[in-house]
Amino acid sequence: MSTLNYQESSRSRDSAITSRVIPAGEGWLHRVEAGQTLRIVDLEGNQAADTFFFHADDLSERYSAQDTIREQGGIYLTTGTRLLSNLCRTMLEITADTCGRHDTLGGACAAESNMVRYSLDKRFMHNCRDTFLLEIARSGLPLTKRDLAHNINFFMNVPVTAEGGLKFDDGVSEPGKYVEMEARMNVVCLISNCPQLNNPCNAYDPTPIEVLIWESSVTR
Amino acid sequence: MKNPGYEETLPGGAMWSMRIPRGFEIRVTALGSGANVSALFYHSENPLDRLNLPDTLKALHTAKLMRGHVLMSDMGLAMVSITEDSLGWHDALGGHSTAEHIRQAFGEQTYQTARNDFFRNARDNFLIELTKHGLGLRDIVANGNFFSKVVADDAGRLGYVPGHCPAGATITLRTEIPVLAVFANCPHPMQPSGDYPRVPVRVRISKGSPPGSDDFCRNFRPECGRAMELAERQNF
Repeated sequence: MSTLNYQESSRSRDSAITSRVIPAGEGWLHRVEAGQTLRIVDLEGNQAADTFFFHADDLSERYSAQDTIREQGGIYLTTGTRLLSNLCRTMLEITADTCGRHDTLGGACAAESNMVRYSLDKRFMHNCRDTFLLEIARSGLPLTKRDLAHNINFFMNVPVTAEGGLKFDDGVSEPGKYVEMEARMNVVCLISNCPQLNNPCNAYDPTPIEVLIWESSVTR
Repeated sequence: MKNPGYEETLPGGAMWSMRIPRGFEIRVTALGSGANVSALFYHSENPLDRLNLPDTLKALHTAKLMRGHVLMSDMGLAMVSITEDSLGWHDALGGHSTAEHIRQAFGEQTYQTARNDFFRNARDNFLIELTKHGLGLRDIVANGNFFSKVVADDAGRLGYVPGHCPAGATITLRTEIPVLAVFANCPHPMQPSGDYPRVPVRVRISKGSPPGSDDFCRNFRPECGRAMELAERQNF
C-alpha cells in the first residue's frame, strides 16, 4: 500500500462547542459555519461515516466527488484535500487526519443496492440512504432525494488497481482515528453512521462515531 | 413497414437527449479519433431514479466501464447494459467539463465571434438538455465518459491517457428500463490543452432482442443479474 498521510490536530476537545456521539445506524444533520472546524472520530475503528455537504445558503450547491478527485488529481481524501462542490468551489478543507486516507468512490448503502450487491432478500435491512432520507425529511430544509448524490466515506479504504478494478481493502482506520476539516463556506453536514452488516470492511460490527465542532481559530 | 431506426450525427461540442423505451440498443460510434461523450441516464418515468455511478462501480468492483457492465440506478435497477465495446475502458471517474475547464485548456471562443463554432462545455450542455425535461443542476450526478480513459496509480493519483480512442471506436448500450439519455459530445475535463477537439459521433438507436438467461451482461457478475432481475420485475 502506498504511504498514508498522517497529520495530527492541535485542538483540545475541551474547547469544542459541540460534541455528539452518533451510534451506528443513526444520522446527524448539522450546520457548520464558515471558519468552524468539524472533526469526525472513528471511536472503535474501521467504521464508515457516510457524509454529504450542502452549501447552507444555496442547497443546490453540494459536495461533488468527481469534481473533488479530478481537481486534486487523486482519489483519496486526506490532509490538504479541498472538498469541492458541483460548482468546483471549496466547501471545506481537510486540516488534520490521523487515519491517512478516505474514500469517495464507493457511495452509500441503500436498500436497493444491498439487494443488488448481496441478495434480493436484503431489502429490509437498515441502510445509509434510509438514514439520509429520514434526516432530510425531519430537517425542514428543502432537501429531497434529488439532492442525495455522491458522498464521502470517511475511514473507508477503496483503492483502484492499475487495471481499473475497485478494491474494498481492509480498513486503515483504528480506534480513536479522526479527520478534521475547516468549513470555507456555510455548510449543512449530513452524516449516516453506516449500519452495513453484509460487508467485512467493518468486521460486520458497526460501531459509534463522534462529531465535534470548534469555533473559528482566526482572531477577528 | 420495418422501422429503419433512428440515427443522428452529433458534431463536436453538441448536446443531445432522448427518451428511449426499454429493449432498445444505442450504438455510439466515434467518427474520428479522440472522441469523448459525457453521459447521464434517468428513469423516463421517474427521473428521481437516475444513474448511480458509485453504486454501479461498487457492485461491479470496477473504476471503469466496459462490455458486460450493467449501469445501475439509485433504486437498484439495471438501466443500460454495455453489450458491445471496442475499447474495454470508458471513464467513470473524471466527471464532465465546465466553461472554466474549456477556457483553461483551449482558450475562449464565444458565439459573438465564432458563431456556432463557439467552445461549448458539458456542464452547460447538460443543463440545457435537462431543463428541456424539467430537470436541472440538482439532477446532475456523477457521469460516465465514453471513449476516454483515466487511470489511478498506487498512490491514487489520476492520469488521463491520451490517444485512447481511435476513429471508429464503438460502444453499444441496451436499455433495460425506459431511459432518458443525455449526452454531451464535449472534451473530457482532463484533456490536455491544444486545439478544441471537434470529433463527431454517430448515435444509432434500434430495437434490440430481449436478454435471455444466457445473456453476457446478465451473467457478467451476479450483481448484474440481480439488477436486471429487479428491472424485469417492474416490467408489468
